[in-house]
Amino acid sequence: MPQPLRYLQIFATFARNSLIRDMTFRANFLIEFISSLSWVFMNLGFYILIFHYTPSLGRDTGWGKYEFFVFTGTALMINSLAGMLFMTNADNFGELIRRGGLDFVLVKPVDTQFLVSLQRVDWSSSGNFLVGLGLAVYSLRCLGVWPSPVTIVLYVFYLLCGVVILYSLMFLLAATAVWLGRNETLFDFWFYIVSFGRYPMEIYEGRFGRPFRWFFTFIIPVLVAINVPSRFLVQSIRPQSLEEWLLPLYTIAATVIVFAVCRAVFQLALHSYRSASS
Amino acid sequence: MTYPSPAIVDTIFAPVYRWRLWITILRISIQERIIYRGDFMLGTLMRFLPIITQIFLWGAVFSALPTGNGSEGRIVGYSYHDMVAYYLLTMLSRAFSSMPGLASGITREIREGTIKRFIVQPIGLLEYLFFYRLAHKLVYYSVAIVPFAVVFYLCRGFFQETPHGLVWATYIASLVLAFLLGFFLEATLGLLGFWFLEVSSFLFIYMLLSFFFSGHMFPIDMLPEPMATVVKLIPLQYLAYFPAAVFLGKVQGAALVTGLLVQAGWVIVFAFLAQVALRRGLRHYSGFGG
Repeated sequence: MPQPLRYLQIFATFARNSLIRDMTFRANFLIEFISSLSWVFMNLGFYILIFHYTPSLGRDTGWGKYEFFVFTGTALMINSLAGMLFMTNADNFGELIRRGGLDFVLVKPVDTQFLVSLQRVDWSSSGNFLVGLGLAVYSLRCLGVWPSPVTIVLYVFYLLCGVVILYSLMFLLAATAVWLGRNETLFDFWFYIVSFGRYPMEIYEGRFGRPFRWFFTFIIPVLVAINVPSRFLVQSIRPQSLEEWLLPLYTIAATVIVFAVCRAVFQLALHSYRSASS
Repeated sequence: MTYPSPAIVDTIFAPVYRWRLWITILRISIQERIIYRGDFMLGTLMRFLPIITQIFLWGAVFSALPTGNGSEGRIVGYSYHDMVAYYLLTMLSRAFSSMPGLASGITREIREGTIKRFIVQPIGLLEYLFFYRLAHKLVYYSVAIVPFAVVFYLCRGFFQETPHGLVWATYIASLVLAFLLGFFLEATLGLLGFWFLEVSSFLFIYMLLSFFFSGHMFPIDMLPEPMATVVKLIPLQYLAYFPAAVFLGKVQGAALVTGLLVQAGWVIVFAFLAQVALRRGLRHYSGFGG
């Protein structure tokens, strides 16, 4: 069987097993499903409240209420995909190292990073994805302009780039567990850094905002993860001139680079792993 | 010559014994906490990171406000500076009122049966937990004061006028009351564990509501009517919103005193409820084995 197909099949098995596991503890699944949705709705309530008082985020930025909700829908989809596919696994990686469970992963004839990253799928976050999708579609309907098929293809492509960026940053930090032993604080750090990207990058304005925006675009590319795909859907902000296309083009480079760095650090971490007594 | 009987001695010195007991719990708990101080400082500093996004988000919101309707650049009476100052102040309020792990800790003691030791030992569960928590908070403040001072110094520009003496006194009183309210409220929730085996969903709902309605997420004046009135009637606002509003001069004159009195009233209500829940719960409770 060709390699990619084999990996896809392994992933399908992981996803299926996780679903069976989640369905075994159905009440628990339902509670987690509802609780993550409640956080989402609470945040939406906050945003609705903000737009009760202001017509747009920033003067002349084009981020009105429904434009921003397209953005938030996108943010929800990207974050929930990253959470659903990788979060539990990144959490678990520290445990694998502390208890020496990584030994059993290393001996398997599958790429270690693949196995470690995708072993568990957290289906309870799927609700957030659906809400994000629904919100984006609903907001587009309110705006009254439907994107063309080409735009949708571009949107999905950049959405996936966003997921890859968040994944790479997450596992970059997770890999440090090999050297640090414990890295719970680092996970909080990931969460806080990623939450910088939950708003349109135009809000980072002024003497401190500009360097801040630059840093989180070019050094740690969290701002492009959600901003770039969302812009394709919003008519008024969609890249048109060549200059406006520079950011989407850069995003592809940033995705490749940040993933490569993550991969390299992960391999380095595996080389430094010395197992635990077992 | 007659000696006073030991029983009488005990009665006379009972308050002293109690006091010594409290001090001992406090001392042991402080020593236990001090071990983790390094992690603390970093963790606390990191908790300020979301404030960066808040500063820029509100900057963007205020920059786009429609002009010329008489209330220049204000949202429900908050200027941009007030708004950022508000968020910083609620972080301070939460440092007093949040009780991580208190309620879930109590339910665990009930479920696993370790609560038995409080029936046998001459210490009440609530007083032990209170001084344990007080010790945590004291250690927390002594360490967290560094990151708090750094952040407040960096953000000093957002505080336009410093309040006068009376407001300061009310502010500090409301913070102390916020600590007491947070403690007794969560303790009461945790003690529900005597009747319900699993209270984590209750706790989750409480956490959610308190995040939204305590004013941690935004000043509750922003809520539309009739929600604003309802939210001001429930005790959650005293955990975060009220102290911050006092400091910013949003509560003035007689409202300052009534607000403080109502807050104290809620503390008494929940202290009473916690006592009742504990007493009834212990009667309801049955422990088996060891």
